[in-house]
Amino acid sequence: MTEPRAFSASSRHAAPGVAVRGARLIFEGAALFDALDFALDAGRCTCLLGPSGVGKSSLVRLIAGLATDSAGTVAADDGKPMTGRIAMMAQQDLLLPWLSALDNVVLGYRLRMSPPPRAEAQALLERLGLGAATHLRPAALSGGMRQRVALARTLMEDRPIVLMDEPFSGLDAIARIRMQTMAAEELRGRTVLLVTHDPLEALRLGHRVFVMTDRPVRLSAPMTPPGEPPRDVDDPELLRLQAELLRRLAAEAN
Amino acid sequence: MRTALARLSVLPVVLALWQFAAWAAGGHSYILPGPLLVAEAWVSRWDILLRQAGTTAFEILAGLVLGAALGMGSALTMAASPRLRRTMLPILVASQAVPVFALAPVLVLWLGYGLASKIAMAVIVIYFPVSAAFLDGLRRADPGWIELASTMNARPTAILFRLRLPAALPALASGLRVATAVAPIGAVIGEWVGSSAGLGYTMLQANARMQIPLMFAALLTLAVFAVALYLVVDALLRRLIPWQSESLPTND
Repeated sequence: MTEPRAFSASSRHAAPGVAVRGARLIFEGAALFDALDFALDAGRCTCLLGPSGVGKSSLVRLIAGLATDSAGTVAADDGKPMTGRIAMMAQQDLLLPWLSALDNVVLGYRLRMSPPPRAEAQALLERLGLGAATHLRPAALSGGMRQRVALARTLMEDRPIVLMDEPFSGLDAIARIRMQTMAAEELRGRTVLLVTHDPLEALRLGHRVFVMTDRPVRLSAPMTPPGEPPRDVDDPELLRLQAELLRRLAAEAN
Repeated sequence: MRTALARLSVLPVVLALWQFAAWAAGGHSYILPGPLLVAEAWVSRWDILLRQAGTTAFEILAGLVLGAALGMGSALTMAASPRLRRTMLPILVASQAVPVFALAPVLVLWLGYGLASKIAMAVIVIYFPVSAAFLDGLRRADPGWIELASTMNARPTAILFRLRLPAALPALASGLRVATAVAPIGAVIGEWVGSSAGLGYTMLQANARMQIPLMFAALLTLAVFAVALYLVVDALLRRLIPWQSESLPTND
């Protein structure tokens, strides 16, 4: 964590806002969401909190253009098309077991058949504390290390919009807090959507936090925690907001 | 090393059981010759047996290489084109519904008594397990990987060759192991139906002349070759797909 990464100007300064309008998705005969409007602020981190199965992942897939049976528009507010400007990070690390950590980080380049920037990938892995593991295959890495490789792969794509679907939920508490800090620093200035079921994670990382409930889905009014992410875990204001979020989630569960 | 010794220690037990069975069968060498008689037959005719084994081994290996290449090629073709898969797959399955025993006389009629008909037979036996297992592996790549690739604007050829293909290698290896185990069937059936060389031919000739110990010696030679071939292929596959063997138990 010595020096900030030199982002390419194109992705950092041109991170657009994203607007979802009239989104509709049918899942097993029932509308998961219907006429849903949702927006990601440009260059900010938006967190989406909600119980399992409410449709958080489906919304991520809709924005990523991966949902097949859906209606509604997803548009960037600079008028340019969305394709090629999104990077995704999921709960599963999705590392390829036959590639080394370094080759996994440059996967996008390998799949586009363009020369991979190995030196840059090496530097990125070193910054994430994986300098000694670049040549190892995923099977030789711990869960936390694998998730950091997945984060490096996401960052390597250098996209202005980053969608993350419960990326840290498989980690133990300490590794999760370290990963959150790393991710917040590395993703600063990009338009980020972070889906999570952990209120504290949302409050540490989000500029705005939405709670997603019901079927079809309703979104709460956003909560805006004070200060810049990554916020300290022991900030009393954060803990107060966490208690409030937990109350809201618990109320919805009844 | 110790496990290898432990495995070899089974051998005397098997030989003793075999000898016991031979005695129990009445000691008639034309029904079940004991291991000593078979060993004697092997020692006195080893030159013939090894020459015939060479012929059969060549048929099996050529069949394995050709059958595996054909199977892998058609699996890749079918994975690349769903339309071709829909037309090819039923033909592939139908081809397996005809037993290779029934095809053998036809193949000998068309390709003659030489090596070609036996290699063709081995290819038919090997082709299906290889193509079926490989195609299955190619189609079963983690959907998460494919979605990740599509957000990365991956080229379709890169998805096939740099993602689906390596992901399918463990499945292909299973197919190749099965193919290696069944490959001798094709070659030996071919030799039974019509041939002038090979271990299958030797067994038929020995049987007709009531040289039962020689027949067993030929059978044993075939078994030893088949097991050795399997072990070599298995070791090669483990070395070629190291990320799989890392998670495979090594002591099984």
